Amino acid sequence: MKRIGIDVGGTNTDAVLIVDEKVVHSVKRPTTADVTSGILDALKALRANPAAAVKVDAVVIGTTHFINAVVQRRHVQKIAAIRIGMPASASLPPFCDWPADLAALVNGDIFMLEGGHDYDGRPFMPLDIAALKEAARKIRDKGLRSVAVCSSFSPLDPSCETTARDILGEICPDVAVTLSHDLGRIGLLERENAALLNASLHDLAITTVAAFRKAIADSGIDAPLFLTQNDGTVMQAEIATAFPVMSFASGATNSMRGAAHLSGLDDAMVVDVGGTTSDIGQLRHGFPREANAVVEVGGVRTLFRMPDLLSIGLGGGSHVDEDPVRVGPLSVGYRLTSDALVFGGARLTATDIAVAAGLIEIGDRSRVAKLPKRLIEAALRDAWRKLEEDIDRMKTEAGDVPLLAVGGGAFLVPDRLPGISEIVRVPHGDCANAVGAAIAQVSGEADQVFRDLSREDAIAAARDIAADRAVQAGAARDSLKTVDVEDMPIAYLPGNALRVRVRVAGAIADPDLPAAA
Amino acid sequence: MSKPELKTISLEEIEALAVGAWILGTGGGGSPYLGLLNLRRLYAEGHRVQLMSPLDLDDDDWVAVVSNMGAPLVGQERLADSRNIARAVRMQEEINGIKFRAVMSVEIGGGNGVQALMAAAHLGIPVVDADCMGRAFPEAQMTSVAIGGLRPYPCTLYDPRGIEAVVTKVPSWKWMERASRKICVEMGSIASTSKAPRTGREVKDWGIHFTTTKAIRIGRAVQEANRRHEDPIAALLATEGGKKLFTGKIVDVARRTTEGFLRGSTMIEGSDADRGSRLKLSFQNEWIVAWRGEEAIATSPDLICVLDSVDGHGVGTETIRYGQRVTVVALPAPPVLTSPRGLEFVGPRAFGYDLDYRSLFAPAEAGA
Repeated sequence: MKRIGIDVGGTNTDAVLIVDEKVVHSVKRPTTADVTSGILDALKALRANPAAAVKVDAVVIGTTHFINAVVQRRHVQKIAAIRIGMPASASLPPFCDWPADLAALVNGDIFMLEGGHDYDGRPFMPLDIAALKEAARKIRDKGLRSVAVCSSFSPLDPSCETTARDILGEICPDVAVTLSHDLGRIGLLERENAALLNASLHDLAITTVAAFRKAIADSGIDAPLFLTQNDGTVMQAEIATAFPVMSFASGATNSMRGAAHLSGLDDAMVVDVGGTTSDIGQLRHGFPREANAVVEVGGVRTLFRMPDLLSIGLGGGSHVDEDPVRVGPLSVGYRLTSDALVFGGARLTATDIAVAAGLIEIGDRSRVAKLPKRLIEAALRDAWRKLEEDIDRMKTEAGDVPLLAVGGGAFLVPDRLPGISEIVRVPHGDCANAVGAAIAQVSGEADQVFRDLSREDAIAAARDIAADRAVQAGAARDSLKTVDVEDMPIAYLPGNALRVRVRVAGAIADPDLPAAA
Repeated sequence: MSKPELKTISLEEIEALAVGAWILGTGGGGSPYLGLLNLRRLYAEGHRVQLMSPLDLDDDDWVAVVSNMGAPLVGQERLADSRNIARAVRMQEEINGIKFRAVMSVEIGGGNGVQALMAAAHLGIPVVDADCMGRAFPEAQMTSVAIGGLRPYPCTLYDPRGIEAVVTKVPSWKWMERASRKICVEMGSIASTSKAPRTGREVKDWGIHFTTTKAIRIGRAVQEANRRHEDPIAALLATEGGKKLFTGKIVDVARRTTEGFLRGSTMIEGSDADRGSRLKLSFQNEWIVAWRGEEAIATSPDLICVLDSVDGHGVGTETIRYGQRVTVVALPAPPVLTSPRGLEFVGPRAFGYDLDYRSLFAPAEAGA
């Protein structure tokens, strides 16, 4: 298997070639405003190395492009929202909990009509087909090009949403339709928000993915394109075009997955120490543990599958204050190579402390030779205390576990920490993001309420649903493994109701073979 | 009808109420978030809620006691709606041929802490500064009005499809819980309800007074401490005369559902002053008993509140997970709950624990 992984970060675009799970070559190039010329630069630089000029099976890109569009309120489009589930929930319509500025940009029209389901799969109200057709005609007449559809309890029974898609397809065939059950979990507002955001990024997704394809073609590579998604797995570019929100948090995830791959560890804590912040997460079965709670994107509450990360203001560029001795949370950021003492600057940073302590060799060591020993020790103690506290906070089980230390500032991680069995430092840790993209697998997920089934049967049923979704997304069925199972008994529901969430992942199916049935 | 002094509740006070109600939920009662969204919308439309002292009610006034009943998970798909709760109240008026002077919450804790405000905004009548629990409890008979032996019926249930039901007559509050729960399940495990109407006299005698103000006060103490980067939990304890029981990290959560309730326990490993020791909390939707080893150091009806150690916000039994840094505090229970008859309804034995209730608070401290 030969794959190129690309990570488009805020500062650098990294590209790496992996052949049979080993890193052959990696490059870093500045990220460009248009993103794609930076990718082309990185690919050309990578391919300039003869060892990396081989034919590849796939190119996998991790990008923050779509989440940045939402956060910066750029390139989002006006859409129509169709909510199915009236007369329930009438007082809280679509966009009701959005920041006003973003809602004004995205809200093209709202249609709320009868239909939906109960928690036990019974229809809530008959689906109002006439109202659906009327909505479709209005959407067509208004010239809206993208629609989000959300029906109550659609993760249990998506039929109202799929019927809506069929009707829209008849009346306004050129409109893109996002169905909430494809994105989400139980929690109507949060799932609907995910669908609304996704619909608002439709045009951007099409142009961006096309530009990615062009950059790859221009560099002379002929291979299928994949994008990484929030959970550390990939989707085919066609799917990414339909579901841009699924790539929202892929950067941190790729870094954790890359660290797992480079170290060979599947279950560990990970700390990625950058210039400004450290991201702490946990790998379980080789994947980042996901946030269970609501995740806000650009001020919008969602339930995206995002890694459960704790970001703290500690990195290689962190300011060091002397009285009292404190490291971070302020940072010199991208000016590290001009502002830090060892680079001839005037600002005492965590990097200077590490050089003085002999933890790394970088810059001019003589510039920090006169730093008092007690200051060096106190600053390191402060950094270590912060890491210790927050790493422990992110642990989800008692007992000692290994810690993977990656990122350019990994030297700030001490060699011993309480609750940690060993600190593992990996070669190529600085391009862990791109490695994570290159090695990504394909996943599928189910999140449903099951009644009158044993716990084992309910989990098995959820796994089957998740496996079908993974195959649909491009996974080879025989390679699928269960990566996450969570079950939660539900209060006040009869029939021993159990909510089960299962995620599976597997290798990318060989494109030359017909998809396994 | 006397002319009481009415105070308009500001939106900022409702935001504080949502924080305070979640803390008074003692782990249960569901999140007040969707109710808060409703009230933001109602306020944006120009509605306002007026707060009325229970002492200003005339003896023959009628007060509607409202709540949402059902599974919090279903509430995430069928969202709280002020129209529904208002309809359940109107049904009581139609059935009994009465006109309500005001509404009040059955419980100030959790999501129901804001239901009465939603109904009041919609109906254009005041909300009484009182409730029937002073916190959250899982069952209908766990209220001050049940302890007071007041009539448990009729109860109206409304489902937004247009299904309307009334439990016209039952022999006891426990029967009211069983009969109304069955109807609620048929309605999709969530319903808006209006409990047996109360007279002004009954609210004055048996309501738990000034709990809306209390929830706002608690929420505000926490919010203001956070704004000033001070300890929100110290601020809460200073305001309410509570006691800090334990500080630590969640190391285990065990859950199961039995008879429809979420039961289980969680273990907290001590940090700071509590380093080296552990505290176990047993819950049935709400936190019921705190154990140090074999010894129960706090029990219902004292309010056992688990708070996020950093921001002081409430932590629910459905969302608690390993690694959360929490501080467990106890707040005094309203006296009606700690009376001998009150303890029959909400003491440790009512939840199946063979324990005597011992208050953590001297009688003088245990104000409502």
